[in-house]
Formats: sequence, structure tokens, C-alpha cells
Amino acid sequence: MKKKLISGPYLAWMLIFSILPLFLVVWYALTAESEGERVFTLAHLSRVFEPIYLRVIWRSLRLALISTAFCFLLGYPVALILTSRHFKRHTILVVLVVLPMWMNFLARTYAWLTLLEKNGLINHILAFLHLPAMNILYTDAAVILGMVYNFLPFMILPIYSTLYKIDHSLIEAAEDLGATPLTTFRRVIFPQSLAGVLSGVIMVFMPAVTTFVISRLLGGGQYTLIGNMIEQQFLTTYDWGFGSALSLFLMALLLITGSVLMRSRGEEGGLW
Amino acid sequence: MALAEEIIRLRDVCMDYGGGLVLDKLNLYILKNEFITLLGPSGCGKTTTLRIIGGFEQQTSGDILFEGVNINNVPPFARKVNTVFQHYALFSHMNVYENVAFGLRIKRLAEKDIGRKVGEVLELMNLPGFEKRDIESLSGGQQQRVAIARAIVNEPEVLLLDEPLGALDLKLRKEMQIELKKIQQSLGITFVFVTHDQEEALTMSDTIVVMKDGLVQQIGTPIDIYNEPKNNFVAGFIGESNILDGVMHEDFRVSFAGRSFVCVDKGFAPEEETDIVIRPEDIKLTQAENGMLRGVVTSVIFKGVHYEMMVSAANRDWMLHNTHMEPVGQEIGLDIYPDDIHVMKKVKIVEKETD
Repeated sequence: MKKKLISGPYLAWMLIFSILPLFLVVWYALTAESEGERVFTLAHLSRVFEPIYLRVIWRSLRLALISTAFCFLLGYPVALILTSRHFKRHTILVVLVVLPMWMNFLARTYAWLTLLEKNGLINHILAFLHLPAMNILYTDAAVILGMVYNFLPFMILPIYSTLYKIDHSLIEAAEDLGATPLTTFRRVIFPQSLAGVLSGVIMVFMPAVTTFVISRLLGGGQYTLIGNMIEQQFLTTYDWGFGSALSLFLMALLLITGSVLMRSRGEEGGLW
Repeated sequence: MALAEEIIRLRDVCMDYGGGLVLDKLNLYILKNEFITLLGPSGCGKTTTLRIIGGFEQQTSGDILFEGVNINNVPPFARKVNTVFQHYALFSHMNVYENVAFGLRIKRLAEKDIGRKVGEVLELMNLPGFEKRDIESLSGGQQQRVAIARAIVNEPEVLLLDEPLGALDLKLRKEMQIELKKIQQSLGITFVFVTHDQEEALTMSDTIVVMKDGLVQQIGTPIDIYNEPKNNFVAGFIGESNILDGVMHEDFRVSFAGRSFVCVDKGFAPEEETDIVIRPEDIKLTQAENGMLRGVVTSVIFKGVHYEMMVSAANRDWMLHNTHMEPVGQEIGLDIYPDDIHVMKKVKIVEKETD
């Protein structure tokens, strides 16, 4: 009885802020205004599959995947260094990893805007070093850079926490059985950290595929991602039905990829 | 045992983690095919010694020789020893087969040979048919067997065991003690076993090394250690003892508890102050008027096979083990025969043995 009481506010919260919005999204996606009434329709959903929109969706997925891959390649070694026994100042480095997250997300992204500008700091430095100027602003590269920069901590932290929890005697056992440090990493440390890699991938991929701020600031107006498109439907064209259909499609996509990732982890051999 | 060959030697090994010496000039040699146990209370340096042999710790000074060759700078993966870890350290992301096959795969054996060897060793460890099982689905005792299988499948010349039975319940522990001893004998390899359990050490070992505060107190066979403890620490740690002060008048003549006894010890200085150890089971009960000492029973505890009686005599308490019980308050006589009096030099630390 008591347990029910305690979970009450939580359930109410879920109902108001998770279930209800979800229901509204589904409702708007599957209905249309017709003679003053809302009637069931699949028109919004079928519009999602028009080539012009599929291209945007594909583009979002591609950039998010590339960003996630970069985050993994950059983040895993950092997490390894953080847990290294030879490294004494763990907390300082962890704080350094988390520190950028204390600043406002928009401010951080704007900062990149000024850094990457034609006459920005980076090009000034390049000119000073007599190197050719770099014009990546408003390209895919800038969007990927923005995503990697903003989401890297979400890759590092879960990997760090699983690596940190690995029983050191497992590593000693592998060495004891003749494994070189490289083999130990390949056959014991990495497989043991897969759960962290998986949450890292999900925590980076999800916001990367849905972001609209990074693409708008660093990708310029013309570089539309699915996030921008959804935003546009709600704020510019007021086509809530199509916006909801896009959201629903994106949600289904993430749900499917997420469960596939989860399932593959349970199988022998794992994801990698 | 026939003329045994030496396999490992520790020479003047010191270990200091920065808070004082954990090992103080440890000298020890280990023979081929020997079951040697490092025994001592926690913090005595026994696990550190094992980890230095395994290569997981680098000693501060001193040398380790393996078959006469210095291996100070040989990393763990290149040493011809395998370890059974205290908490098994099994790879939870692999099944039983892959765990046991780990070392063989690194040696790049053919899959056919790996399969055969893993099968054999699982058979030996009483785990046939467990190949596909997950580690998490195994009981503690089964995990223990997998850990041993994973080590011995590599046919190491020396197997290091770090309190491997500590997490098992009493009955299982006793079974495993006997089983481990059998395995050691049938494989004919050297076991270096670490434990704080004196009974375990007595049951399994060919040689026991009693350690305290980073120093070897005594090295000997279980019978030596039990019957002829070198000092009062060893006597107190191995089994139960009555330890008292005595004076050695001359060879074969010692006095303690207010009277003189005949003993079998010699070689002490005249009137040297000594420690006397008498095992509780060695004190004989007799009629009050006939005994060498006269006392009163103050408590009786039933211990299963025997009774443990506390007897007040000669101004101190004596512990007696006997299958015959005398009631509390009963006046009794105590006899102590020469063979049962162990006279020991009064030193805190016995000089360590080499050769």
C-alpha cells in the first residue's frame, strides 16, 4: 500500500509528461482536419516516404552514425586512460571531460560558429602558421564536429564507468594465462566494456539523430536534418500532422535500432 | 621423497608498498612436485609472496629464480606459472569452454587439440558436460573447479593458489582440500598454496611456510610444524597450545609451573629463560594425589570428538583435550611426559632458513 503511495507522483508525472504527449503525437500523426472534424488518415505517414523526405532522414542517420563512430573512436581511449592504473589524477580528468557540459549547449555551439568563421580564430591561427585557410563552416564536417564536440562526454562516461568496474583480477588472470596486454584488451577488457559502449552509442546516436540546433547553427539554413524538418512543421508551416508523423517515424526507427542493438548484445559473440 | 629438484627460489626478497616492509628479506626455495603452503594471518605477506612469484607485483629488492634463471623482469604472461585467483576471476563474457580454452587459444593450438584438452580437464575436475554453461549459472564450488581447470589445462610447472577455498562452505572446502591434493599428486606439478587456515595447511601440504609480519617463522613438514614449533607464534597459530615461561637448567632438565620436569631438549645456555609449549591433548589426566601437578576443573566444553577442559593448577589455567570428561570442581592430577614438552628459545622472530 505504502509503495503505491510513493510511486503515485511518479506515475502522475509519467502520465502527464510522457504518455499524454506520446498519445497526442500519435493522434496528430494519424488524423487530419476534415470539415471541422478530425478523421483518421494515413496521408501524413505516407508523405514521410516521399523521396525528398527520405533523403533528409537518410542524411540525418548518416551524420549521426558518423558522429557516433567518431565519438567512439575518440572516447574509448579517453575512458581507457581515465581508468589506467598508472594514471593518478582520475577525478581531475573526469571533471575536465564533464566541464564543457556545465556551459550552455547553445553557447558552446555558437562558440564553434565564431571559431570556424572565415575570419574566425582558427583561420587566423592557420594564416599565422602560413597554412591554407579552412572553410568547413556550413558543411557536413562542421555539423559532425559540433555533434562530436557536444556529445563526446555521453560516450566517455558510460564506457568509463564499465571499464572502472572491471575486476582487476580478470586482467591479471588473462596475463597469467599468457595473454599479452594487447590480447588482454581484445579478449577481456573490450568485451567486458561492451555494455558501456552500447549505452554510449545509444546516448550519442539518439540526440545526434534528432538535433536541430547544431545543424541550424553550424550547417547553415540549407543543411536540413530530420530535427529541423520536424521543427519546421510545428513552428513555420503549422503542419502538426506531418510533424507528428515524422516524429513517430523517427521514434519507431530509434526503437527498432535500439532493440536490435540490445538483442545483439545478448547473443554469443556480441555486437562487435 | 627422492632427491628433489629445486624449481623456484626467492633470494632476499623485500617488498615495500611505501608503508614499511611487507616482506623482509624473504628467502625460500620450492621443490619440484611439492605441495607448499604459505600460512599466516592476514597481512603476513603470504599473498604478496605469491603475487611476486606470479609476476603481478615487482619486488622492491631481491631476486626470483625459476629453474636457476633470474625472472625478475619477466612479465606475468611469459612466466611458466598459472594462478588460481581468490575470487576465481573467471571471464563472465565467455562460457565454461571458452574460459578453460583461453590459455590454449593464446598458444594457438589446433581447435581439435583444444577440444580434447578442455574435455579432459573438465572430466578431471568433475565437470563433464559443462562446456556450454554460463559462468553466472554455476555455483561457487563449480566456479572454483572451472578456475582450477582453466589454470591446469595449460600444464604449468607451478600452480599458484591464492586462498582458493576461502569462499566455499566448510563441507565443500574439506572435499576440495582432498581433491586438490589428489590432483596435485596425479599431475605431478608444484602447488604453491596460500591460506590463513592452519587446518587446511596441515591437511594438504608437503611443506608449510609459517609467516608473520613479512618474515618466515618456520619452514617444515606439517608434522614438524605441529610437533616442534620453533617459537610461541608458530605454536599459538598452529593448533591450540598452552604456552608458558620456563627455565632450562641443563640439557634434558627444565622447570616451569613451579616444578622441574624431564624433557628431550638440549643445547640451551645454563639457566636460559625459554618458552614452553604443551599441546592440550598431551596433558594426561590422573588421580589428584598421583599427578605431577594438581588442579581443579573450572570449565568443560563438549567439542564433538573430545572435551575441552580448563584446569586451574600452579597459579594458571591449562587447556586440556580429552575424550574422558571430569566434572567442574573436580580435583585432578596432571601428568606431562618428556616427549610432550616443547622447549623453545625466547625470541620474537626465528632466523629465516636457507638451505
